[in-house]
Amino acid sequence: MADILKRNKALSVNPLKASQPIGGSLATLGFNRAMPMLHGSQGCTAFAKVFFVRHFREPIPLQSTAMDQGSSVMGADENVREGIKTIAEKSRPALITILTTGLAETQGADVHRNVREFREANPEFADVAVVAVNTPDFTGSVETGFAATLTEIIRALVPDAKEAGTYPGKRKRQVNVLVNYMLTPGDIEALRDVFEQFQLRPVFVPDISDSLDGCLTDEDFSPVTIGGTLISEMATLGDALATVVIGPSLAKAAELLEEKTGVPTYAIDHLYGLKANDALISALVEISGHQVPERIERQRAQLQDAMLDTHFMLGQLRIAIAADADLLNAFVDQVQEMGSEVVAAVTSCNVPLLARIPVASIKIGDLEDMELIGKANKAQLVIGNSHAVDTAERLGTPILRAGFPLYDIIGGYQKTWIGYRGSRQTLFDLANLVINYSHEEIPVYRSVYGQKPASEITDYPQTCH
Amino acid sequence: MKSTKDIAALLDEPACEHNKKEKSGCAKPKPGASAGGCAFDGAQIALLPIADVAHIVHGPIACAGSSWDNRGTRSSGATLYRIGMTTDLTEQDIIMGRAEKRLFHAIKQAIDSYHPPAVFVYNTCVPALIGDDINAVCKSAQERWGVPVVPIDSAGFYGTKNLGNRIAGDAMVNHVIGTRDPDPLPLTVQRAEIIIHDVNLIGEYNIAGEFWHVLPLLDELGLRVLCTLSGDARFREVQTMHKAEVNMMVCSKAMVNVARKLQQQYGTPWFEGSYYGITDTSQALRDFAKALNDADLTERTEALILREETRIRKELEPWKARLKGKRVLLFTGGVKSWSVISALQDLGMVVVATGTKKSTEEDKARIRELMGEDTVMIDDGSPRALLKIVHDYKADILIAGGRNMYTALKAKVPFLDINQEREFGYEGYQGILELVRQLALTIESPVWEAVRAPAPWKNKKVTNG
Repeated sequence: MADILKRNKALSVNPLKASQPIGGSLATLGFNRAMPMLHGSQGCTAFAKVFFVRHFREPIPLQSTAMDQGSSVMGADENVREGIKTIAEKSRPALITILTTGLAETQGADVHRNVREFREANPEFADVAVVAVNTPDFTGSVETGFAATLTEIIRALVPDAKEAGTYPGKRKRQVNVLVNYMLTPGDIEALRDVFEQFQLRPVFVPDISDSLDGCLTDEDFSPVTIGGTLISEMATLGDALATVVIGPSLAKAAELLEEKTGVPTYAIDHLYGLKANDALISALVEISGHQVPERIERQRAQLQDAMLDTHFMLGQLRIAIAADADLLNAFVDQVQEMGSEVVAAVTSCNVPLLARIPVASIKIGDLEDMELIGKANKAQLVIGNSHAVDTAERLGTPILRAGFPLYDIIGGYQKTWIGYRGSRQTLFDLANLVINYSHEEIPVYRSVYGQKPASEITDYPQTCH
Repeated sequence: MKSTKDIAALLDEPACEHNKKEKSGCAKPKPGASAGGCAFDGAQIALLPIADVAHIVHGPIACAGSSWDNRGTRSSGATLYRIGMTTDLTEQDIIMGRAEKRLFHAIKQAIDSYHPPAVFVYNTCVPALIGDDINAVCKSAQERWGVPVVPIDSAGFYGTKNLGNRIAGDAMVNHVIGTRDPDPLPLTVQRAEIIIHDVNLIGEYNIAGEFWHVLPLLDELGLRVLCTLSGDARFREVQTMHKAEVNMMVCSKAMVNVARKLQQQYGTPWFEGSYYGITDTSQALRDFAKALNDADLTERTEALILREETRIRKELEPWKARLKGKRVLLFTGGVKSWSVISALQDLGMVVVATGTKKSTEEDKARIRELMGEDTVMIDDGSPRALLKIVHDYKADILIAGGRNMYTALKAKVPFLDINQEREFGYEGYQGILELVRQLALTIESPVWEAVRAPAPWKNKKVTNG
């Protein structure tokens, strides 16, 4: 439906996009005892690490093949093999992912061959899963890098039903839940609760609610992730009743999982707003055969009530949104459900989903584009990451911080957006931003015949708005 | 791409103590066990604080996308440095050889939209590998549009952050310094009774605005700072650095090549110093007077030192009682080690060990002088090693760079951030007050007891069953 406006300027100003290796690392960090290794120069890893540390406020396991001048020119096969071996020896992780950068791909690296070579040369590390993924930063975004990495992990670690003897429904309560990059640790925790109310056992793939949730443990240090989806659990995905997939970006990963296991897929675009959550709850009724629990009915009614309360502030509100496609789509649905107008929609790269997002046009670009379109269309509120705070300031609008990275607030990584309750909170947050921020008031008019005290008429201040 | 010869020339730094060792510069990083940034990282850190310049990162998204607007440096006016700019190279640009063309147009776009006094172009790995000639592009862009365009050839794989600092310094010496003479001293700031001296500071980044604790003192003494490379600097200030009578190397030897080359080319003497702590701040002021060989300045400097030291020591009294005897593990590089040690000893704190990974032999000698012969010097900065020393030497606090913050917090150890990402300024006499406040804030916090004690039910004996 949307008209897609491609990039038409040479310089990207105030980038919205985060790279594919960042997405691949995030997917990896949702597995237990995992270590992502970026195949590139040291800086690729250092920057990604700082990016995550500032967002999650957690130590982040992330390694590098440390390409230097020699290996960049002459070939870096040895760097990959040596890197895997060093990590395997030092930390004995359950999973290592090799994620390529633009440097490695431009050089012509073949990481898949490197992994095979490592396997042949080092049978002693057979218990360490090693998955190579092509994630160059000259294409795609955090969203596509996350999806590609999840797809490769499924390809490598989920056995084919025929060989492994798995069959759908062997585990009568298990539901696989593939979650995209936009679900926060808080979201996944809330979602687990919803599944459990239907007497189902969700297996989240990946599960950053168990690894990046900001939890203090007894152990004072771990070189790899502590928590996340167990690698051993991947072999059981074929025995589940169903797979619920959240996010259109994971379509390929879901397709592959169904192909391998025969477990039926329920695709849900997102979990923002009333309609979206109704779709999930309907699917869970179908999968579990249970009625909708009282508590969920109640939360749905609470959301409806909040929709009534906030529609005065959110109706006709002109909103500018900058986000990767899945998240953009979610916010568009939620605010349109409230009668708001999306007057600027900016995303980082072209993906199939964009065409069906119900807005007039979507600009593939950066935060400068959002600023210009938002200004032209008189945006009243911005939804974007921490980088967009300055943009909103220049536009003179409040901002709802969402997406990656959120570095100027505490606990942003943990916020629960999804479900009836999370959606209700988003409506409250949006409405409060509108209430607390300036809005167009009727300018004061003073009659020439008026009898107001003279002191009021001299140095009368303009209304602060 | 820089040739290996160019890189070797940059690594050979006669003014650096490390140079005399067998391996000049830094050792080859080990794949799978490396930490730290790249040459691009170092170059960007060194120059980004020049606030009115358009800083364009030429490369795919990961280089700028994960790192723009990510530094604690402050500007007193211009804000262009906070606008992220990158050519955001795509796969097509790389395959079809269109990256140079995109860069050329990107420079034009930056000039047209933001009218900067100069454009800096940072080269990164991918364009270096495909052979983009950024020197030629910058040269023709400068000729075409009449704005200085400075190439900073800083591909990540050239080497470490430290090398990147030198590349940045080199670019300033070769392309910027010496292209303009300083403004004549305005009559309004001339004082009949004293001589105003022109000086530079090299390696002062004005983190959190901390240099503004020092600058008023230099003003008072009649020292005109032509330029701080690069905190709160403007392009027109960098241009005039060749006219200083003396240069002070602040913080570390990262840009020592600038001081050395200015001495070679213009005969400007330089000295090394720091503004952390009372002792070092006073020493730096004295060194200026000494280098300038002005008896009147020396006299006024001593008077100012006496006044400031008396004032600040009085204000520190109540804090000293609280911090006296507290044990510190200091893990930071280069000059900062000895500089911060003396600041902490001023407060009566005990430094039990210090990191010396980036320190020169000269730095180490100063550390021994300050702490005694048996002092523990740490080269291994891995989280595990640091925590072991904290434990073995019963340190009350870890003072280190932000990268180690979550290492400390997860191990329930008080922490103070000393590096460039921090939010607080510690320089000068006034800065030490902020330092003690931050030290006391974390050491005396009630949260340590709350997080270290087990939950109440963990200790109780279970009597039933």
